[in-house]
Amino acid sequence: MSDAIDLLMNTSLWAAVLRIATPLIFGVLGALLCERSGVLNLGIEGIMTMGAMSGWLAVYMGAPLLVGLMVAAICGALMGLLHAALTVPLGLSQHVSGLGITLFASALAYYLYRLIVVVGETPPAIEAFQPLDLPVLSDLPVIGPILFSQSVPTYLALLSVAVMAYVLARTPLGLAIRMTGENPHAVEAQGLNPIRIRIGAVVAGSALMAVGGAFLTTAAFNSFFPGMVQGRGWICIALVVFASWRPGKALIGALLFAFFDAYQLRLQTAIEGVPYQLFLMAPYVLSIVALILVARRAEVPAALMAPYRRGER
Amino acid sequence: MRLERRAHVPLHLVILAPLAAVFAALLLAAGLIAAAEVNPLTAYGEMLRGALGSRLSITEMLTRATPLIFTGLAAAVAFRARLWNIGGEGQFFVGALVTAWIGHSLGVPGWIGVPLLMLAGMAAGAALLAGPAFLRLRFGVDEVVTTLLLNFIVILFVGLMIEGPLRDPLAFGWPSSVPVDGDFRLPDLVPRTRLHIGLLFAIAAAGAVWLVLARTVFGAETRAAGLNASAAAFAGISLPRTIMGVALLSGALAGLAGSVEVMGVTAGVTTTMSPGFGYAGIVVAMLAALHPAGVVAAAVFVATVFVGADAMSRATGVPSFIADVIVALCLLTMLVALLFTTYRVRR
Repeated sequence: MSDAIDLLMNTSLWAAVLRIATPLIFGVLGALLCERSGVLNLGIEGIMTMGAMSGWLAVYMGAPLLVGLMVAAICGALMGLLHAALTVPLGLSQHVSGLGITLFASALAYYLYRLIVVVGETPPAIEAFQPLDLPVLSDLPVIGPILFSQSVPTYLALLSVAVMAYVLARTPLGLAIRMTGENPHAVEAQGLNPIRIRIGAVVAGSALMAVGGAFLTTAAFNSFFPGMVQGRGWICIALVVFASWRPGKALIGALLFAFFDAYQLRLQTAIEGVPYQLFLMAPYVLSIVALILVARRAEVPAALMAPYRRGER
Repeated sequence: MRLERRAHVPLHLVILAPLAAVFAALLLAAGLIAAAEVNPLTAYGEMLRGALGSRLSITEMLTRATPLIFTGLAAAVAFRARLWNIGGEGQFFVGALVTAWIGHSLGVPGWIGVPLLMLAGMAAGAALLAGPAFLRLRFGVDEVVTTLLLNFIVILFVGLMIEGPLRDPLAFGWPSSVPVDGDFRLPDLVPRTRLHIGLLFAIAAAGAVWLVLARTVFGAETRAAGLNASAAAFAGISLPRTIMGVALLSGALAGLAGSVEVMGVTAGVTTTMSPGFGYAGIVVAMLAALHPAGVVAAAVFVATVFVGADAMSRATGVPSFIADVIVALCLLTMLVALLFTTYRVRR
């Protein structure tokens, strides 16, 4: 048991927490942006898969790592545009369209990967993002190695939280997005176009999701393989609810979640005789528990999943 | 230009919609096949030949269609009442696991054992969906996320069981659960093929579901709950009871898929025994416009794509993931096609 407590004192655990949280932070911010505008995006799991594949593939074919992230963002945005086209102007079922996007984007990612990449005994690898020690800061005791010796996408993720929080809470654009999620008719009355706002939010949110997926193949690992997103997208959808649709709380949720994930990984080796599957189940069980805990007081955007048609109440 | 809801959907549109959706999906996928430098027509020809070209391939295709009919019915029943059961995959696996576990050492004759095991698989699937349905009714927790997450939990649980308590000591290589007793293997429908009488069970299930939905009070209540929940509640329908009933029926059907697959095909449970039957069931249900009779036809189509794509991949080198792309595209194109059956365009 003392082993289990010793693990908590280890800075490498806390550095791993930030690393594991990174794809979740991108994913949860993306899902949050879509939902704040009133569109549920269940395409997330497939969009993350597409991001993981396309970002990796770009780097594999010679692009710099940051360009890889951009390629992922563009592919994610395209998938988001498809979801938006089906659910916003056409007003089709957001549940079914989202699932369709997930099935389509992951199948397309696997298909293109198999088509373009020759896979031998082991999947081909790229030179992934390495931890970047920020000068001075990374030499600080304890918090230095935890906070300031991360890879570039992790810093980007933290920056995105701040930008998202600022834009949503303090800018006219953020107000318009939030209002579209609460009452699109009021937005129309203000002379803004709720359809365009929703499409924009879904496209931008999907780009973020894809970058989260790309982190898996360009920083966490260095190769792509089917099934690697492993439900992280669904966990993000749960985290948005847990965070009451707020970016700051979303960061806390993602970190909390990543902490349990990092901790269970280390407990697996510290505690013997317990089947490893029980530890692997923990993140999914935890997501369900989190949903139950907040369900009663969830502040759902009022117009979430309600298609908007002009002149129709 | 605006959309106006049709008061009545003409029959020719009901039949035309899925055909148009499939055609559009095949057209879009043709672009991807062309990207592999293979003539799409050649590829589709190989696909048809691979799935329907010989007696053996037809039986293989129908073997694949059998679990898809069950999972398609499971999704159709749930979606009709707007219960978003995305957990068909997990329910399939618990049904399979319980069947293998009980069926390994059940000391009764086959004609008693097979129905008992089917009931056990149904109970397991129903129980697994009862949880998310309860959470939605009691706490308002969205069932999409809970059923999806349960899929991952169940697969890990299956892995745990087949590497631990239910491990088959005689299995080589990949871990597998103990097999069901030989008495409970379903008889072949066509001799010397894998096609088993489970196909007839699946068609019978489609008939039974159709009867329940079209001819019982419960069926009318589920439809009302799906069309307009508040109006249904106002009319005196107990929404919680209806939703829970739908959940039990839907979960049972998906659990039955796993149970029949174990008794008919695999005998033991492995974590790879389902190439996404639960998820494909959602596409089957949508292509069928949630109608039980349509589910059978849609399952045959999806099975044709999957079985045919494997053969086509061997012949032409196009990655077999094209099957997943086609099936996913069908879901999206069908969604658009349904728009034209439920609405008409007015200027």
